[in-house]
Amino acid sequence: MIRMENVHKAFDDNHVLQGMDLEIPKGTSMVIIGGSGTGKSVALKCILGLIKPDSGMIYVDGKDAQKGDRDAFLARFGMLFQGAALFDSLPVWQNVAFRLLRGSLKRPTEEAREIAIEKLRRVGLKSNVADRLPAELSGGMQKRVGLARAIAAEPEIIFFDEPTTGLDPIMSGVINDLIREIVTEMGATAMTITHDMSSVRAIADNVAMLHDGVIQWTGPVSQMDASGDPYMEQFISGSAEGPIEAVR
Amino acid sequence: MNPISMLGGLGRAVLSLLTAFGRVALFALDAISHIFRPPFYPREFGIALLNIGWLSLPVVGLTAIFTGGALALQIYAGGARFNAEAVVPQIVAIGMVRELGPVLVGLMIAARVTSSIAAEIATMKVTEQIDALVTLSTHPMKYLTAPRVLAALITVPVLVAVGDIIGIAGGYTVATQNLGFNPAAYLKNTVDFLEMRDIVSSLVKGAAFGMIAAIMGCYYGMTSGRGAQGVGRATKGSVEAAAVLILAANFVLTGVFFSL
Repeated sequence: MIRMENVHKAFDDNHVLQGMDLEIPKGTSMVIIGGSGTGKSVALKCILGLIKPDSGMIYVDGKDAQKGDRDAFLARFGMLFQGAALFDSLPVWQNVAFRLLRGSLKRPTEEAREIAIEKLRRVGLKSNVADRLPAELSGGMQKRVGLARAIAAEPEIIFFDEPTTGLDPIMSGVINDLIREIVTEMGATAMTITHDMSSVRAIADNVAMLHDGVIQWTGPVSQMDASGDPYMEQFISGSAEGPIEAVR
Repeated sequence: MNPISMLGGLGRAVLSLLTAFGRVALFALDAISHIFRPPFYPREFGIALLNIGWLSLPVVGLTAIFTGGALALQIYAGGARFNAEAVVPQIVAIGMVRELGPVLVGLMIAARVTSSIAAEIATMKVTEQIDALVTLSTHPMKYLTAPRVLAALITVPVLVAVGDIIGIAGGYTVATQNLGFNPAAYLKNTVDFLEMRDIVSSLVKGAAFGMIAAIMGCYYGMTSGRGAQGVGRATKGSVEAAAVLILAANFVLTGVFFSL
């Protein structure tokens, strides 16, 4: 389980998180929605320790996320980045097997390559993609390689940062379905941040609405449309009228 | 502007300069400490050796040969004013080994390698590849910085030695083909005149300049701003800083080796 308690983070005078509280039960899929610049990515990076919160506590399975063995902590996570963040200089299979080629999870090269090809197959890519460089792939294929890399070491917790941004609706649907299938199949705890309501409906067990640095509403995806929360209603309808200013 | 606000402005500028020096010094110490602590990344080290050392040879060789040739012509023309044309072999040798070899190789490395390291790492930062490294339990300082700094530390002295030899060869070619020097006498004068201290100073300067070039590239890359502009600024800043620091370090090292 992941728990954020009263987390604050500011960049100079821009107070991004202003006391964020959130709980993600183990084995569930939480989707955080909110407008651009509301701190969704910052929240995610605070959990991973890529950004240090100014105050507040973050717990993973009851343990302080900022203390203890960092490598062991990160070994539990997989992450799909918004732009896939593949390493340009490495072929696709080495990107996917990055963790399996070095460090505490190191395997023999042949075994790591086999796992990489298996994971590529799992996300719908053929084995002939394995030896290509990331720059030779389309945006959708890069996202799928990023997804394969996120699941390569079979993590307990997977983060998805804007998984469908920049993709056409069909490819978005493919990625959403893959995420849902993989999370269910692996029994992983998932946290996704997105603006895309079709992603929310496809991926989420629970939804949280982040605005003004705090969670405005959270609950099961089935109750999202009848939440009664003005922020949530405005976000779902995409209306310019409501508590969320259209010009920010 | 009143004197108090002028003083305040001066104080702020000095503080900001000291802060920048402090940040770079801490970064350099951190980078060097990661060279000695596992895990090590031999593949990345091998690639850095190739990029910094082997692939810099053409530019270093061409710079050195033209500089050595021009130096011979200048010394001959200048020496003729007071009947000292015969010192060409000695001055070319000492000029290349003590000063021009290390400085020109250092500046070429700053232009070629520092810029490339800064642009590559800054792009990795902008595209979240550095964050991805962290999430994959890989320390960016160990994976990106340590192999490059170590490779520069090893290869730049070798490049300087190669540059020194090629520069002297450039002077030799011009002196024997155009200025009428006897080839055997030219070589004997060169070898007889050079001291071990000259060669050691050249190699030490090479190692220092190599470290400066790699560290500045890594520092500016790791601390770059966002977007294309951030990458551009990091690249430009890294080359400026490396070039200035190389020239300053050259002055200090020359003082250490030759004023004692």
